[in-house]
Amino acid sequence: MDARRENEPTPMPNRTTVERKSERELVVTRTFNGPTRIVFEAWTKPELLKRWWAPKSAGVSLLSCEADVRVGGSYRFEFGHDGSKRMAFFGRYIEVTPYSRLVWTNDESEDGAVTTVTFEERGGKTLLVLRELYPSKKALDGALAGMEGGMPETFEQLDELLVTLGASVGRA
Amino acid sequence: MVQYARALDASFAALSDATRRGVLEQLGRADASITDLAEKFHMTLTGMKKHVGVLEQAGLVTTEKVGRVRTCKLGRRRLEQEAEWIERFRQLWEARFDALDEVVEELKRKEKVDGRKKRE
Repeated sequence: MDARRENEPTPMPNRTTVERKSERELVVTRTFNGPTRIVFEAWTKPELLKRWWAPKSAGVSLLSCEADVRVGGSYRFEFGHDGSKRMAFFGRYIEVTPYSRLVWTNDESEDGAVTTVTFEERGGKTLLVLRELYPSKKALDGALAGMEGGMPETFEQLDELLVTLGASVGRA
Repeated sequence: MVQYARALDASFAALSDATRRGVLEQLGRADASITDLAEKFHMTLTGMKKHVGVLEQAGLVTTEKVGRVRTCKLGRRRLEQEAEWIERFRQLWEARFDALDEVVEELKRKEKVDGRKKRE
C-alpha cells in the first residue's frame, strides 16, 4: 500500500469553486483527471454531454439534448420535473476551438449570459474555467435567484420580489 | 432547508406591507432613526417601532441604539442570500462535474483499450 502511494499520490478531491468576479460575471473552476482532448470531447458530443449535464442529484431529468458544436451551430436542452413542466435552454455556439475553448449564447431570455469555457492542460490534467457573463447585474441576480429549483412557487415569487426590491434599493 | 423556508416566511410577512417596503427603500438610500422614519411615513413612533420590529425579525433590517437614538439600516440578509444562491449554483456544477468525472474516466479507459488494439 505504502509503496504504491509513493509512486501514485492519492488524488486530491477535485473541488468546484464559484466566484462572483463582478456584478455581471460568475466564474466556475474545476480540475479533471484527464487530458483536454478527452474533457473537450465530453463537452462537445451530445451523447456524452447528456450523461452528465443533468445529474440525478439536481432533481431534474434531461428530456432531450441536441448540440451542433460548430461555430454558428445551435444547441437545445430540454429538462423536466417528473415529466410535468418542460424547460428549454437553447442558444448558439459562437466560438469552437478544439481542446481549448468553447463560447455559446443563452438565448432563452434577453437576460441570458454568454458562457465561455476554457480547457487548459496541466500535466495530463485539465483545468476547466467556465465564465458566465450576464448583460447586467440585475440579470445575474435574477439567474441566481432562479437557482431555487426545489422551492414551492410562492417562495420563487418572493425571491423575485426580493430581487426586484434589492435592485430598486441598489439603484436609489 | 426548513430553516431557510422559515426565514422566507418571515420575509414574506415582512414584505406584505406597503409601509415596510417603503421603509426598506428608504433605508437603501440612507440609514435613519425610528423618529425620522415615523415622520416620513406620517405615523406614530409606536407604529413605526412595530414595523421596524417585523423587518428586524426577518433579518431585513438591523438597528443600533446610540444614546437615545435607535438607528436603522438594511440588514445583511441580502448578502447572505446571495452567498446561499452562489452555493446552490456551485452544488449544481459540482454534481455535473462529478458525473463528468465518470465520463472522463470511461473515455480514458476506452482510449487505453483502443490503443492496445491498434498495437496488436
